[in-house]
Amino acid sequence: MKYAGLLVMPAGFFLSIAALVLFPDPVQRTAFVVCGLGVECLGLVVAVRGHMEARGERRP
Amino acid sequence: MNQQAALPLSEAAFALTLALVFLAPLAIAGVALINTGLGRSRSAAQALLGSLAILAVSAIVFALIGATWTGTAGAAGHTLQLAGKPWDWLGAGPLLLGGLGSASAQSQLALLFEFMAVALAALIPWGSGADRLRLSAGCAVAAVMAAGVFPLLAHWIWAGGWLARLGANFSLGAGFVDPGGAATVHVLGGLSALAVVWIAGSRTGKFPKEGLSTALPGHNAVYVLFGCLLALVGWLAWNVAGAVIWLHAPLAALPVTAVNTLLSAAGAVVATFTVTRVRFGKPDASLCANGWLAGLVASCACAGIVTPGEALAIGLIAGIITPLLVELLELALSIDDPSGAITVHAVGGLWGLLAAGIFAPQPGQLVAQLVGIATLLGLVLPLVYLLFWLLNRVVAFRVDPDGERIGMDLHELGGGAYPEFVIHRDESYR
Repeated sequence: MKYAGLLVMPAGFFLSIAALVLFPDPVQRTAFVVCGLGVECLGLVVAVRGHMEARGERRP
Repeated sequence: MNQQAALPLSEAAFALTLALVFLAPLAIAGVALINTGLGRSRSAAQALLGSLAILAVSAIVFALIGATWTGTAGAAGHTLQLAGKPWDWLGAGPLLLGGLGSASAQSQLALLFEFMAVALAALIPWGSGADRLRLSAGCAVAAVMAAGVFPLLAHWIWAGGWLARLGANFSLGAGFVDPGGAATVHVLGGLSALAVVWIAGSRTGKFPKEGLSTALPGHNAVYVLFGCLLALVGWLAWNVAGAVIWLHAPLAALPVTAVNTLLSAAGAVVATFTVTRVRFGKPDASLCANGWLAGLVASCACAGIVTPGEALAIGLIAGIITPLLVELLELALSIDDPSGAITVHAVGGLWGLLAAGIFAPQPGQLVAQLVGIATLLGLVLPLVYLLFWLLNRVVAFRVDPDGERIGMDLHELGGGAYPEFVIHRDESYR
């Protein structure tokens, strides 16, 4: 689950980069960059959840 | 070749900046002292020796490999053409610092600044891995950061790379702005600290099967608080030197940059003092130190571009976030970060970068800062995790359980930092 989260994060980065290239309009561009950041945050949350589950299984 | 060559500095500005860069190692000394004080007494000598070793390894590796890939503004670089725009993604400087003597004095000054920056960035994960990260692993982490990750970021942000050119290519303000190294040093260091903690795991006994996490307080609050004072001197020099080298700020703007740095730290420590006083009944020394440092880190991105009032507000917010997030990471997310580096450096740095976009006067600056933040979170964190995960297969990060039990000093150095002190039995190992 941690790895899934870490794999989702670059998708958010590429979304932000795509926004620069695809949208000359500042409002649309900003919205898509923020969406990219949202995807990254989602990936981070999944990675952190994965870490917590792994820790719970390994506790002495 | 990238188009953005550095503007020439006057002789006075050059002399002042050179003197300031000589003071920048005080920031490194302060962070090393804070890391040592927040660790345990039985690992203190290893922590401080590790700081020296990391500084040395990062300097050598950066000189051998990293500086080549960092490059300098206006010099040759590897560029992709995408959607009709140049994306300069990697420097192509001379190998092994070749031709350094004949390079312009300003390029040499920028390189010296980068040497300090890479050492501080590599030192940050060392504090988070305290009491279980082996000395060889700390040096290996520093080598990877100095050879690969730091040069990428430094080129993109400081040496005319694609993030620095967001303004010219996409009309996003002045491009991604980070004169004091909030991204290149602190967010990189903080995210590397998260990767190290995830890979090395928590200290034995930190998270028992039942109940709350065990408190493992730092062994010397005096080191921690003196480290904060030492760090202030280094940070003042760092931010002012960064403003001259990367923002080409005029001499008249430099006192305001220093005032902003001080106000950000002051606001942060007052906020943390208040929050911990309200939450625990008494102010917490180590959290206040973390708050102070978070204020300094946040100022790195924006001290040269905001007003003193805005710097104070930025520091206040950093100081409120810090103790709450340190608590959240430890109690709710099971992340064992003895030095608080993830909160202080990663989150503090991200907040500073965002604040630089919010308070900057140019239109589009906020989007440029958001793209930079997206790069740090979406590309740099997975990249450092992957690199460290592979590195851990070659050089095991974590010491064996017996080594952790007797302490890193005895295990790795054969002697303790305080040989005349009686070391009390640790209740968590019963």
